Amino acid sequence: MARMNAPVSQDSRSPAANPAGGSITARAAEPILRIENLCVEYRAAGSRSPAKRAVDGLNLSVNPGEVFGFLGPNGAGKTTTMNVLLGFINATSGDAYIFGTTVRQPIARQRIGYLPELTYYYKFLTAEELLRFYARIFKIPRTETDRRIDEVLKLVELEHARKRQIKTYSKGMQQRVGLAQALINDPDLLILDEPTSGLDPIGRMKVREIIQRLKTEGKTVFFSSHELGEVETVCDRVAILDQGRLKLVGRVSDLAKQYQLSLEQLFLKVVGYSIPDPARTQA
Amino acid sequence: MSTTLAIASIVIKDLYRRKDFYVLFVLTALITLVMGSVHLFHDDRIVRYLKELCLLLIWVCSLVIAITTTARQIPMERESRTIFPLLAKPVTRTQVILGKFLGCWLACAITLLVFYLFFGIAAMSKEHQWPLANYFQAMVLHWTMLGVVVALALLGSLVFSAASSNTTICFVAVAFILLLGRHLDQVAMQVRQPASGILEVIFFAIPHLEFFDLRDLVVHDWPPVSWWVCFEAMAYAAAYAAFFLVAACLLFRRKALN
Repeated sequence: MARMNAPVSQDSRSPAANPAGGSITARAAEPILRIENLCVEYRAAGSRSPAKRAVDGLNLSVNPGEVFGFLGPNGAGKTTTMNVLLGFINATSGDAYIFGTTVRQPIARQRIGYLPELTYYYKFLTAEELLRFYARIFKIPRTETDRRIDEVLKLVELEHARKRQIKTYSKGMQQRVGLAQALINDPDLLILDEPTSGLDPIGRMKVREIIQRLKTEGKTVFFSSHELGEVETVCDRVAILDQGRLKLVGRVSDLAKQYQLSLEQLFLKVVGYSIPDPARTQA
Repeated sequence: MSTTLAIASIVIKDLYRRKDFYVLFVLTALITLVMGSVHLFHDDRIVRYLKELCLLLIWVCSLVIAITTTARQIPMERESRTIFPLLAKPVTRTQVILGKFLGCWLACAITLLVFYLFFGIAAMSKEHQWPLANYFQAMVLHWTMLGVVVALALLGSLVFSAASSNTTICFVAVAFILLLGRHLDQVAMQVRQPASGILEVIFFAIPHLEFFDLRDLVVHDWPPVSWWVCFEAMAYAAAYAAFFLVAACLLFRRKALN
């Protein structure tokens, strides 16, 4: 059951379900991603001001096969949480686990794919060279690498541009090459940081299609977004974060039923934004 | 190891897709060929000056390539934010530092190979002899010296946030060591304490890059140095490079990425 404005435990009815309809094994029911009492504090370098708590006691888990939307206004602590998950920063206290391994260990990242908000790649490389580089890091054998490169470039529709340097790509193409690199190791968990940010409607639609396709393949997707309509379409469950604290977590359909609000209205309510009454506004 | 090599391969690709190397090589070749085509003072031994000039240009160019390529690696990764997708893979920060070091050092090896090949051909066309052992020894020690410079520049790239300031400071430090390093102990004897003590400490602390300079041997066709001495010099360089790399790894582990 979803809860608001209280320390939120894992939704008891959260689906460990395989969306493709497969049977659920006991092992598969274990959360792929687990965040336990996570706190992250920042202190400006050389500043005497008290540390700012970016994430405050966050508890969350994501089950295999689900698409999980991680929502919150700017500065809520979403990116900080993702940074901890990806090992970019260390938590002040608490811990996070991916596949049961603490995120402090680089091996925890062997089975994940990450797409940053903006495209950050070696622009002097071609898409094929970039994917081959990342495949080498994952120690994927050469023949398997060739097959995976063909597969992911086909998936993101970049086969025609595989030999071109990334600096010649449009923004949409760069975002798709980002998605291709996130998929090169056939990850079980995808962490996407605002994957459709800055894309045109066609680009967004394509990224959305890819996420839905991955969902049907049984992949777990953990993504942050400000596009609530998109989140409503593709996510099984969502969590709303505000000022570093988890305000709400639950299944999208359950939340809609429980609060009789759209996800956008619910989001605004949770973050403390008063929704103007349309009737009163018209009057 | 494969992760380190993969990161190194990206550094090498970056080098040969940029124009710096080609510009410096063409410049060196042009100056050497123009100087070689002029028969100054009708002196048959003029080829020595030509070799000296060419080797000086090779040393300057190799330092430019080594320092500028290394100094921009980590700042470029952070500025273009390519460090994030990289560290989101099963890669440790130590592997990033080692990969960058190896990439820059191997890039220097490729550069030296091309430059020394050109030097050998240019010298042979004038002297009609090719003292391979001398050239090989000079190149190997030159490359070893660049290992220390690369490790120093990599450490500098973590201390100074801007690549340009790191580049400048590295050039000044390397020039100081190469030009004045060997004389510091003599200067120390001529000044009073505490300046004398400070100079002594500096003399023993700095890596003496001039140990690796065999240009005179090549220019005057002296016999090669004993390989045992070369190995000692290599061990000396390895110790300094290892020290700088350990410091760089420790610094990078604590460094915020943005």
